[in-house]
Amino acid sequence: MSVHTPPKMSEDSARDLDSLIACPACDALLRDRDVAAGETATCPRCHSVIEAPRRLAMTRILMLAMAGLILMVAAVFFPFLEVSAAGLSQRSTLVDTVRAFSGGLTVPLTYAMAALIVVLPTVRFLALIYVLGPMALGWYPRRFAVPAFRVAEALRPWAMAEVFIVGVAVALVKVAGLAHVAIGPAFWAFVGLVVVTVLKDNFMSRVTVWKTLEARRPA
Amino acid sequence: MSAPVVTARQAGLIGCAQCGKVHRDGAVTCLRCGSDLRPRSAARLQAVWAWLVAGLVVYVPANVYPMLKTSSLGRTTESTILGGVVELMHHGSYGIAGIVFFASIIIPIAKFLAIIFLALSVTRQVRMSHHYRHKLFHVVEFIGRWSMIDVFVVAILASLVQLNFAASIAPGIAAVSFALSVAFTMVSALSFDERLIWDADPVPAE
Ligand SMILES: [Zn+2]
Ligand SMILES: [Zn+2]
Repeated sequence: MSVHTPPKMSEDSARDLDSLIACPACDALLRDRDVAAGETATCPRCHSVIEAPRRLAMTRILMLAMAGLILMVAAVFFPFLEVSAAGLSQRSTLVDTVRAFSGGLTVPLTYAMAALIVVLPTVRFLALIYVLGPMALGWYPRRFAVPAFRVAEALRPWAMAEVFIVGVAVALVKVAGLAHVAIGPAFWAFVGLVVVTVLKDNFMSRVTVWKTLEARRPA
Repeated sequence: MSAPVVTARQAGLIGCAQCGKVHRDGAVTCLRCGSDLRPRSAARLQAVWAWLVAGLVVYVPANVYPMLKTSSLGRTTESTILGGVVELMHHGSYGIAGIVFFASIIIPIAKFLAIIFLALSVTRQVRMSHHYRHKLFHVVEFIGRWSMIDVFVVAILASLVQLNFAASIAPGIAAVSFALSVAFTMVSALSFDERLIWDADPVPAE
């Protein structure tokens, strides 16, 4: 991205403003340009990546989000882990895991857990499908595409599927001495979900999506 | 080769931190993405401090009270975060003990210190360069959520090992305060406008 020293801002500079971009990380004023697919545009001042569009990124993100949604359904309803000890065995689904905090003061944590590992990732997938679905097909963005994408981006740090999977690994080691644990299909669905999420976030170039949404807005 | 960089603010304009769109001074909402454009200020920094203090306050009970209550054959043992790590080491699971120690003790404390340092560096002279502070902020932003591991471990253990076994595991009150502490420090880091790191930078005005 070329460094741009802004011209004197005259009164009729509305068009000039459209030819500029401010680095979201450091506010450096740069000349905006179309970044080609496969290219990475970085800020000359703070070296943050401003745009990194990838070929067919919209379609890929859309497919990955739909795959993630299907995997989430599997992860919630299939048995997650099965423990057996002393002839007894017990299956638990993701819902049981979340409900573990259902006594007394730990109730609010139940809701927080459900939100972090199931609800928020699901909302993000749905929002991305809503925003990028019409775009991947070359249609106009849907009516609430802008707020929907804002929500998807705001929820990003709070969707903790991958943190949960590491937690499962730690828990398996801790419980190994007490009982035998077998991994159920939902566990693998959840691992798949984490992979899909990471891939999807790698394809995502936030500034590019925003610029495309703006460019395709019906007049 | 490199011309001097001017920030949008120095040019009397407002840049959107979400999508980069440049607006005329006085704009309140971004025309492209609808984000709030109000100028970064001391008020924002105060929110960072407030959430950080809240995170610190609930971090104390998180370490003092039990995270996990294990009942086995009528005997109940309670273990704190640190106690859980020590127990794992007794079982010889050094790798897992390391992960839990790192996620529940090192990361939260390092995060508190990093946010304090970054917030102070906005108004004070510090020795660390802007680039390193910028990197530090991104590490803090990325790593904070990983502290949640131990809370998830407790939930999984509690659901796995239920009453119909000889042993049962229940989450302790520390699980709640620890989760809150992680959430509060995440909000604190998210309230920090990273452009403040660069605002103090004396960019040549020409
Ligand atoms: Zn920059
Ligand atoms: Zn914007």
